[in-house]
Amino acid sequence: MDAMSLQRKKIHPHKYSLWIAMGSITMMFIGFTSAYVVKRAQANWFTFDLPVIFWISTLVILASSVTIQMAVKQFRNRNMQRYKQLITLTAVLGVAFAVCQWIGFKQMNESGLRLNGPASVSFIYVIVGVHLLHVMGGVAALLIMFGRAFRTRVRTYSAVPIEVAATYWHFVDGLWIYLLIFLSIAR
Amino acid sequence: MSNEATLHSQEAIHGAAHAHDHGHDDHHEHHEGGFISKYVFSLDHKTIAKQFLITGIIWAIIGALFSVLFRLQLGFPDATFPWLESILGHWAKGGRITPEAYYALVTMHGTILVFFVLTAGLSGTFSNLLIPLQVGARDMASPLMNCMSYWAFFLASIVMMSSLFVQTGPASGGWTAYPPLSALGDASIGSKIGMDLWLISMALFVVSQLLGGLNYISTILNMRTKGMTMTKMPLTIWSFFFTAVLGVLSFPVLLSGFILLLFDRHGGTSFYLSDLFVAGKALSNEGGSAILYQHLFWFLGHPEVYIIILPAMGMVSEILAVNSRKPIFGYLAMVGSMFAIVILAFLVWAHHMFVTGLNPFLGAFFVLLTLLIAVPSAIKVFNWLTTIWRGNLRFTPGMLFSIGFVSTFISGGLTGIWLGNSSIDIHLHDTYFVIAHFHIVMGVSAFFGTFAGVYHWFPKMFGRYLNNTLAYIHFWTTLIGAYLIFWPMHYEGIAGMPRRYYDYASWESFKQFSDLNQFISIVVIIVFAAQLMFVFNFFYSIFKGRKVTTTNPWSSTTLEWTTPINPGHGNWPGEIPEVYRWPYDYSKNGKDFVPQTVPLSPDEEKEGH
Ligand code: HEM
Ligand SMILES: [Cu+2]
Repeated sequence: MDAMSLQRKKIHPHKYSLWIAMGSITMMFIGFTSAYVVKRAQANWFTFDLPVIFWISTLVILASSVTIQMAVKQFRNRNMQRYKQLITLTAVLGVAFAVCQWIGFKQMNESGLRLNGPASVSFIYVIVGVHLLHVMGGVAALLIMFGRAFRTRVRTYSAVPIEVAATYWHFVDGLWIYLLIFLSIAR
Repeated sequence: MSNEATLHSQEAIHGAAHAHDHGHDDHHEHHEGGFISKYVFSLDHKTIAKQFLITGIIWAIIGALFSVLFRLQLGFPDATFPWLESILGHWAKGGRITPEAYYALVTMHGTILVFFVLTAGLSGTFSNLLIPLQVGARDMASPLMNCMSYWAFFLASIVMMSSLFVQTGPASGGWTAYPPLSALGDASIGSKIGMDLWLISMALFVVSQLLGGLNYISTILNMRTKGMTMTKMPLTIWSFFFTAVLGVLSFPVLLSGFILLLFDRHGGTSFYLSDLFVAGKALSNEGGSAILYQHLFWFLGHPEVYIIILPAMGMVSEILAVNSRKPIFGYLAMVGSMFAIVILAFLVWAHHMFVTGLNPFLGAFFVLLTLLIAVPSAIKVFNWLTTIWRGNLRFTPGMLFSIGFVSTFISGGLTGIWLGNSSIDIHLHDTYFVIAHFHIVMGVSAFFGTFAGVYHWFPKMFGRYLNNTLAYIHFWTTLIGAYLIFWPMHYEGIAGMPRRYYDYASWESFKQFSDLNQFISIVVIIVFAAQLMFVFNFFYSIFKGRKVTTTNPWSSTTLEWTTPINPGHGNWPGEIPEVYRWPYDYSKNGKDFVPQTVPLSPDEEKEGH
């Protein structure tokens, strides 16, 4: 109705909210990583190598960023069949990422690097774990969208949800790369 | 809500509008008359505002009651009150509050008032109420998330309340929850499950703050009506905006600190713990640092004090201008100084840590930045005073509380400058001087801002007025009482009386304050009674107060007074008004006031505003 068109919108409010949310999440990880830096400056800091599988998981999440971007494109072209495939692929890659991280945790645990061990080890568990939670949140969002792509009879062809999801997905991807670089440099 | 027909048409507009401009997953259907969807899980920002306000009031009564209880101990350290045992049970054995109960009460008092009342209650109420109404939006950017924000707060409240009833009692390590008391379950009785519940509750609280903040920011940036440019926004909106920015950037850091703390408690990690002995037994924790927690805590903790004071500043600016019938003095300087405060707020956290063995060079840096905050603060005070200077003052209750705000803010700000100097702070840290400082500036000022807001916008919220006589008694008792309570504490602090002592009277040197402390405790009880009177006035007036008969009772320029007396969901029955001018055109060109919706006259267009 006309009354509402008076409300000018530059960016969709959900996109705005997402950007602010990403700022918040970034601040949380700045909290973690600066705590890490503060601790590292103290004596008896224990150094070890990150599990190799963390590097493999990086490739997985990078690939998923590519697939979700392709999904957005297919959605905009109304190519729903391809869109569904790509969204599925992205979710699968997201889960694969989680599995990789899990294997990494197991390897660390088996080689005696326990959560309750030296602070440098505990930090890895907490930081990687909290990041993983954020990835799983993204996977959940993808699954919802996936379900919707199949179920909805009356399609609302708004690209906003998938665009929001894609932006978030790139964000957790970038966040992981930042964390990996950070954790491997500031050892 | 009275007229079904108008309600229907507003809902229709609103529903259609939503379908038109979102097409996303917020489809919120309003079922007319459904009590649950209308009052409980409401998506209407005005109802959510009332939910925050009423929850906040309940918390405020509880938090204040706790302070009355521990003031009994401080004022009458040798007396026993048998009736205490009958209400507090084993927490007041023999009619005297036990040390454990004392620390739990102090902790809960601080947590409740800082977070649940002055953060959620204050921001939650007025950001929700005023942002859509004053920027000209039908609701928040995401009403669903807004509703979730309240319910996360509600859940946080339930968890915190429940911690009061567990066997070992609530958390008792202070509102700052420093480790090791907070990290070691065995450290004290209040470090057990009560501490876990505290952390869970606070995590939910952070979620609530983030959801709320996201909405406030995107609504302000995105949903303004035609003509409402950023520089035509009322100062209230600017203050809510800056508050939300502070919140979404600093609460996550606190959350990271809490997550590490939870792992220390339950995961066997040693982020904050090191070289500890419990009952003679050495713990295995090594290499942790309690100071690390302080950094993470105060990185929120300092911005938090501004999260509390900024909304009050915004509302006070507004109310002073309206009731002085004068434009706010230095609008842009007001916005600029709030912006400066936001930036500086993130850079001064370590002034809470001068005595933690901070490198003196670093200390000097934090002293400098801390003292810099005095500059924007002083600008604001100057502008408020200039605004009321030679104004045509109307002493409404809202106005009185606003003036009270300025007075207490000056008083508390000045002592802040003392504390900001590390060399003085080393003497004053953890004494009653600090208690006095922050209670005057945060306890009293922020509450005055809140009261000002409630008295001023009550007619908008409930379509009725509060009783003025009760309001005047409330104001004068509170103002005089607050100074009588907190002013003497400065002297106690300078004389070295420490905070958080259960029985100061066992120290010869602090015995001299017995009479003073007794006096303070008695005033506390009187002031508490005055607050109960306000609570009575509040609830009574919702139902029985004098009815509002005009849409603009204070002759105000801002948009919220262009809605119907009882606006429905969607706020304006027809189109949202367009805005042409800034919100402070009072006493202009021979007119008492010119609303924002009045187009500029040709000669005005030439001069700008
Ligand atoms: C001119 C501005 C201000 C300055 C320079 C200032 C400075 C300080 C300093 C240096 C401390 C640490 C004292 C210590 O623990 O030894 C302090 C404590 C505190 N200030 Fe301020 N302050 C200012 C304004 C405010 C405002 C506006 C508020 C709240 C609205 C506030 C709330 C607090 C609180 C809550 C504490 C104590 C926290 C605790 O230890 O429990 N201050 N202030
Ligand atoms: Cu501070």
